[in-house]
Amino acid sequence: MAKDLVQPGAVIDGFTVGECVHRGGMATLWSVTRPDIPTPLLMKIPRVSEGEDPAAIVSFEMEQMILPRLSGPHVPAWYATGDFAHQAYVVIEPIPGKTLYSRLGELPLACEEARVIGWKIATALADLHRQNVIHHDIKPSSIMFRPSGEAVLIDFGLSHHNQLPDLLQEEFRLPYGTAPYMAPERLLGVRDDPRSDLFSLGVLLYFFTTGVRPFGESETLRGMRRRLWRDPYPPRKLRPDYPPWLQEVVLRCLEIEPVWRYPTASQLAFELAHPDEIKLTARAERLNCDPFSTVWRRRFNGNLTQPRGKSGVAAQLASGPIVAIALDLTEGSAALNEALRVTTERILATLPSARLACLNVLKLGRVTIDKTLDEEGKNKHIDRLVTLKHWASPLKLDQNRLTTHVLEAVDPAAAILDFAQANHVDHIVIGARQNSLVRTLLGSVSARVAAEAPCTVTVVRPPRLASLYEPDQGPQDGSDDRSMPAL
Amino acid sequence: MVGLIAEETVLLAVFADIHANRQAFSACLDFARAHGAERFICLGDYVGYGADPEWTVETVMDLVDKGALAVRGNHDNAIGTPAETMNAEAQAAIEWTRGRLSAAQRRFLAELPLMLQEDDRLYVHSEASTPAKWHYVQSTAEAGRSLLATAAHITFCGHIHRPALYSMSVTGKMTSFVPTSGVTVQLLQGRRWLTVLGSVGQPRDGDPAASFAMFDTSSREITFCRVPYDVDAAAKRIRENGLPIWLADRLSVGR
Repeated sequence: MAKDLVQPGAVIDGFTVGECVHRGGMATLWSVTRPDIPTPLLMKIPRVSEGEDPAAIVSFEMEQMILPRLSGPHVPAWYATGDFAHQAYVVIEPIPGKTLYSRLGELPLACEEARVIGWKIATALADLHRQNVIHHDIKPSSIMFRPSGEAVLIDFGLSHHNQLPDLLQEEFRLPYGTAPYMAPERLLGVRDDPRSDLFSLGVLLYFFTTGVRPFGESETLRGMRRRLWRDPYPPRKLRPDYPPWLQEVVLRCLEIEPVWRYPTASQLAFELAHPDEIKLTARAERLNCDPFSTVWRRRFNGNLTQPRGKSGVAAQLASGPIVAIALDLTEGSAALNEALRVTTERILATLPSARLACLNVLKLGRVTIDKTLDEEGKNKHIDRLVTLKHWASPLKLDQNRLTTHVLEAVDPAAAILDFAQANHVDHIVIGARQNSLVRTLLGSVSARVAAEAPCTVTVVRPPRLASLYEPDQGPQDGSDDRSMPAL
Repeated sequence: MVGLIAEETVLLAVFADIHANRQAFSACLDFARAHGAERFICLGDYVGYGADPEWTVETVMDLVDKGALAVRGNHDNAIGTPAETMNAEAQAAIEWTRGRLSAAQRRFLAELPLMLQEDDRLYVHSEASTPAKWHYVQSTAEAGRSLLATAAHITFCGHIHRPALYSMSVTGKMTSFVPTSGVTVQLLQGRRWLTVLGSVGQPRDGDPAASFAMFDTSSREITFCRVPYDVDAAAKRIRENGLPIWLADRLSVGR
């Protein structure tokens, strides 16, 4: 092992070096302090001396560029960067505890625990992808958890930032990363598809719930290339009690073609947050790998080997938003619900990967505490689910793009806002009733949702009611295509 | 080549391929000044294509008087060296331009250096290995050739009218990148960089907005900027002056 150039007690750009807390293949980690920063700090120093892997330098440069741009609870906070001209380092927030790697001795985990872990990682990935970064090295040793529960992604040395030069682009002839977790398209040199991270998360979920790595541990290119045509054993073959919904999720993440995986990490997180709502396809029940004919076709007529159009991270995320429609199912809302459906159709027409969550709020009494619903209440709940599905059926959405939710709450606006926050909803579509006695008494749900939502809100009004407000508008009001045909 | 040692930290505004487009250059200068630019670098091709060569050269001469740096481009060279080979439209614009410029302006263009070095930065119109041959940098191989020809840490050039950013690692590996406007990139010390500026006066990357860049010499951060300007007015000037019509039309499509 090369001798460390940095020693405890050394001072680098005002940071006093303490003990060495980790020696990895690419870098060493030191606890450091600086008088003006009260919290503990971690300094990461790359191994760049002679004989070390040249990849260490390039991946460290990548980390130097990417870390300062990241923010939020799912990444370590960044404090400082030192350049290779003097002493290369990055100073970041230390995340207490161990990485997920420490759990390998406990595998397989219970499916419920794995679901929660998967949901947390998918949520972290959604936040990372939103910041234009693809991690490209999702594996147990890259994942930690804050005491508050959020997953924290570490090690961005192999990452790709969609708005920065990709220094790993031509650096290595072979794809660089962790072989068992690497997505098949990576083997073909594709570095700009965020769904590569969903594949790696699928490998992790498969491994954590079966104790077996789906593509083994082969490090040779030949061994790794097999995943371009050969699908893994379905988890149910290894573990007969494996829940179908979990197999559905895991195998969808492990689809060879990125386009068959979840369109976005947010959508995967959404599924893992609502396991009861997961639409089961043929994937869920499979007990065997794909037949030889399919594998043969993939191997020799592979779609993945076709050149593909370049897609930006942001553009791809934008094409797969989660859209929530808040519906009122009480009497007299037919016209409004029809207007909502027209608006929804227009939104979905432009977004082939969007998914739709149909919401209805079952209002609970403010005084009575409905802890467990009585028989009648339960029926009401199911009735509403049926009505929501009925409303959505003319949209002819693929089942895995649609979910229905009846939220039980005292405060409808708060329930919709909570749902949007918890599920990373990108767009809320809600109707506004007008001239209603309820609205006068209780205030407008749509106005409050529009004012407080963390995302875009479209407020829809039925055409007939809108015209009531403009009875004498002449043809000059051409902007209102609801009441006037275009002249 | 002339070598200069600049003072400490400054925010540079770097312009390439202004091509006598007064509307675009004015908009870029205003934008740069509003964003704190302290020093101007002009990478050549002040004339050709556009209909306001007198104003443009006058403006560049004035900037140079006040400390700006400027190098010569192939269109500037063609004013004094009619042998320069060009396509028909470019040639027509050059012939027209030559008659518009004063003797002092023509002399200013002819006497501009091909390359200038300031600290560890090199400014050149086309590329640094054979600057008088006006080769285009369109690939990592061409970018590498330019970087290997000099010791400069960062080379700034223009000439192809499409922004790009190339880097070379310590082991000589190249990367290429199409910059996102408005997103700052730190030019890391550990590698060498070739920064290809987009064009102020005749962008050809499909975005008609004027293109230039700002560079912070202390943080070594570059930001590629896009500035919308009155394209119709610039195109109208070209038509009014009887220049080839395509030179007006291409401005609105950025091709």
